[in-house]
Amino acid sequence: MQVYLPIAEVSVNAFLLLGIGGLVGILSGMFGVGGGFLITPLLFFIGIPPAVAVATSTNQVVASSFSALLAHLKRKTVDMVMGTVLLIGGLIGSALGVLVFSYLRSLGQVDLLVQLCYVLFLGVIGALMFVESLNAIRRANKPGARVIRRKHGWVHNLPMKMKFRVSGLYISVIPPILVGMFVGVLAAIMGVGGGFIMVPAMIYLLGMPTKVVIGTSLFQIIFVAGFTTVLHATTNHTVDVVLALLLLIGGVIGAQFGTRLGVRMKAEQLRILLATLVLGVCIKLAIDLLIKPTELYSLTAGMP
Amino acid sequence: MIRLIAFLLICALPAHAEEEIVLGLSQDQVAITATFEGSDILVFGAVKRETPIPDKSELGVIVTIAGPDQPVDIWRKDRRVGIWINTDEVEVDAAPSFYAVATSAPMRDVLHHVEDLQYRITTPRTIKAIGGQVSDSVAFMNALIRIRTDEGLYQRLEGAIDLEEDTLFRTAITLPANLTEGTYEARIFLTRNGRVIDEYRTEIPVRKVGLERWLYNLAHNYALLYGLMSLAIAVGAGWGASAIFGMLRR
Repeated sequence: MQVYLPIAEVSVNAFLLLGIGGLVGILSGMFGVGGGFLITPLLFFIGIPPAVAVATSTNQVVASSFSALLAHLKRKTVDMVMGTVLLIGGLIGSALGVLVFSYLRSLGQVDLLVQLCYVLFLGVIGALMFVESLNAIRRANKPGARVIRRKHGWVHNLPMKMKFRVSGLYISVIPPILVGMFVGVLAAIMGVGGGFIMVPAMIYLLGMPTKVVIGTSLFQIIFVAGFTTVLHATTNHTVDVVLALLLLIGGVIGAQFGTRLGVRMKAEQLRILLATLVLGVCIKLAIDLLIKPTELYSLTAGMP
Repeated sequence: MIRLIAFLLICALPAHAEEEIVLGLSQDQVAITATFEGSDILVFGAVKRETPIPDKSELGVIVTIAGPDQPVDIWRKDRRVGIWINTDEVEVDAAPSFYAVATSAPMRDVLHHVEDLQYRITTPRTIKAIGGQVSDSVAFMNALIRIRTDEGLYQRLEGAIDLEEDTLFRTAITLPANLTEGTYEARIFLTRNGRVIDEYRTEIPVRKVGLERWLYNLAHNYALLYGLMSLAIAVGAGWGASAIFGMLRR
């Protein structure tokens, strides 16, 4: 069934969109990522104009994240206090990110920067997670060789300490705010919620337990993505509500399945799967940059 | 005196009165609905004449349909430090968002290139003012036409017009689903030995209707409201799915 999208001004298959939404929803429920890093390239691929794809996927991220968050709230695996601290950093960061973005746009080549950002961050994070979770699985298979996870590092020596009861942490608020800001900057530049950076940062930098990380990440992604959606709608008029609706119908259903799948799996397995996925997208984008494209020319049409 | 000038003017006009176009269109507007999948426009007509058919010269018919003009940036990638990036850019002031040209015989038989320059009939002639710092701007224009032809937005339909008895003609032009909104212009040319002897123009409005129209207007005129509505739908759908699955589990 073909549907004409009023803002994107293209006609696409409705079931294809439902499928894409469903797939990304499953991932967002399982891993606590918004799925923006996956859905945006997929929309480009089926011929949605880039500006509309970026803006609309942020709206879809809100829906699937909210659906998954509710499931996590019931299981009490959301650290609201930590989420709020991260969010404060995130909003400062995304405001900074928008400034950086418009500065780079004035220099030209912003597309290339976004692509390189994707390759770099997906590559580094994917590789780190992959190696770490492989080691964790190996350790778990060798009883007696267990390593104590909570180390007393530099993170614990900073001032302004706060108690995060759900995470079982007593640390300074400075690292979470910095993490939030960093993710916010990247989110604005790359047009994603930033979950795929947030999740590993919370696990490895802040030392939060994996089960709490996902719910908390979702909590802050909803606000960042919602903020971005309204910003796009008011400044660029590029949010396509019909496209978003089709994606999110698939997405919210997928997210519910994803959350249930995620609970059944071990933390290490979950991490290694996410790492594989992140590396896969990274390799795809890197190949696009390295291999000679079949069409060297591309068009960007302006408004009449 | 005035009569004399008028008489001279009439004489100066190219054989205008001898053969004229009478035209019909299968639809005089295109409505883009939610399930729009493209549209066929049937262009048909007749050659009206007071005198017998001149048998020494070849009659030709050309039909063009053009979408609204848009500025377009054309980018070319090149390899720099191992990666393919956009390096050269050419800006086109105005290129039609859609352009179809149909003829009753091969283009070189029905249209003289001087007439093409004057009336802007073939696709390259419709693209106005190419600007940029590159030496090979022709390659960029060819790329624009090639990409749009692949998308079905530019069509060159040589010999697609049925011309019967040098009098009746008809052709069908397919508008693809990814149409841009605006006023489309249909032009019909009558040629003899490649020279244009009559021209007929008409407009085909292409408009979004119903829900599509309403959403488009809302997004542009009440952007904040539209943004908040999108958010509300997202949150509502998220909550709804969660509630339904919660009930199913019990």
